[in-house]
Amino acid sequence: MHRVVITGAGTINPLGHSVSDTFEAMREGRCGIGELDIRDVDRLAVRIGAQVTDYDPDSRFNRQQQALYDRFTQFTLIAAEGAISQSGLQFGGQLAAETGVVLGTSGGGLSTLDDNYRAVYEEGKNRVHPFIVPKLMNNAAASHVSMTYNIKGPSFTVATACASSNHAMGQAFNLIRSGMARAMITGGSESMLCFGGVKAWEGLRVMSKDACRPFSANRNGMVQGEGAGVFVFEEYEHAKKRGADILAEVIGFSMTSDASDIVMPSQQGAARAISGALHDAKINADQVGYINAHGTGTAANDKTECAAVASVFGRHADKVMISSTKSMHGHLIGGTGAVELLACLMALKDGVIAPTIGYEEPDPECALDVVPNEAREAKVDHVLSNAFAFGGLNAVLSLRKAG
Amino acid sequence: MSGSVKDKIIEIVAEQAVLEPSDITLEQSLEDLGIDSMGLVEAIFSIEESFDIQVPFNANEPEKSEFDISSVQSIITAVEALIAEQKA
Repeated sequence: MHRVVITGAGTINPLGHSVSDTFEAMREGRCGIGELDIRDVDRLAVRIGAQVTDYDPDSRFNRQQQALYDRFTQFTLIAAEGAISQSGLQFGGQLAAETGVVLGTSGGGLSTLDDNYRAVYEEGKNRVHPFIVPKLMNNAAASHVSMTYNIKGPSFTVATACASSNHAMGQAFNLIRSGMARAMITGGSESMLCFGGVKAWEGLRVMSKDACRPFSANRNGMVQGEGAGVFVFEEYEHAKKRGADILAEVIGFSMTSDASDIVMPSQQGAARAISGALHDAKINADQVGYINAHGTGTAANDKTECAAVASVFGRHADKVMISSTKSMHGHLIGGTGAVELLACLMALKDGVIAPTIGYEEPDPECALDVVPNEAREAKVDHVLSNAFAFGGLNAVLSLRKAG
Repeated sequence: MSGSVKDKIIEIVAEQAVLEPSDITLEQSLEDLGIDSMGLVEAIFSIEESFDIQVPFNANEPEKSEFDISSVQSIITAVEALIAEQKA
């Protein structure tokens, strides 16, 4: 069994276009949620979201690239560039063959689908651009990372709705741990803030029209976000030998399936994933200082998640800090676990716990330390990151401070 | 009409080849211009959009296609024929 460390991180999300900007926003408890600026927003009942702002694709990608890169691929490539340049890795020879790309996304090129359905159905056009298929496919982002950086090992895309990124990072972790890969580019991306993407979520009646307030008694739903987080996972000895800066160590992963309901979460399924991640990491609950919650801000998730944490952590549940950064960056669906892993890195590296902002009223069904409204300084050695998807698919990662 | 078809096709081909229209000659093949199979289907899409015609072309068997893509001139000739046929 090989040890796995993180040697690079990159992102573009509603809180910033880099990891340092994101850390600063999380420290300050800044909210990236605002009025949606998308076509036909006046026909939506839900008009808020966490969009990536101040982003001009023309400044990053030429015309030919934009013909092939959906917005979710663009976000992925920007985040990957940050992660890979920080790691200092260059992929050639044997290392290229032993490195792969596993990324999470739920909707893939959903805005490309939306634009082109609009063209053929609404506008009555009878032809679409020839690259719609390679642009919208869910694996486009992983493939373009592989092509851009000459990465030739195991590469694929994981789609498990809101747990996609955590499942992807869990696969990357196990590929290195088992010796199948030396390094992995992993994380996830999402961009479904288009008319059809928001309209579909609206139909489910789980969206808030004003704010995302996880764990607060007056919470009234989730808010969609967009963006990407990408990391370089690397085998420990390989990283150590080349003197790489180690951001954190990935020490455990667990995934479970509720086998019960297509949308309602299960306390037992979540608890099995949480305890599985502790067991896989060979740590006890009382060693965990921080949990990045799934914390969607829906009535169902937050109380179920708190009950699951309480059942696994027992008496230590009152001591562990648990926050939902979705209150700031929204729910990035298939990319959410990747951006949330940044909060875990900040906790381990900088000793700063990102807050749950928008917290207004205690809820007896969420009676944990949710780090309300303000970031907190605390030294933590072990953290967990939860993701619980529609379809009852749960994925929890555990990380340890570097060194 | 003929002049504008020619100019438009040269413009489309030049864009795919990342060249100036003045650098394109009628005898050149798409291969000479460095246009690959994806550039070709994108160029055909642009031709269809520009002239509002249907171009019969299957990338699996380009040699069997009625649409002659062997040179810039052959594309112009083929497009002019399609316009005459489909706009008649």
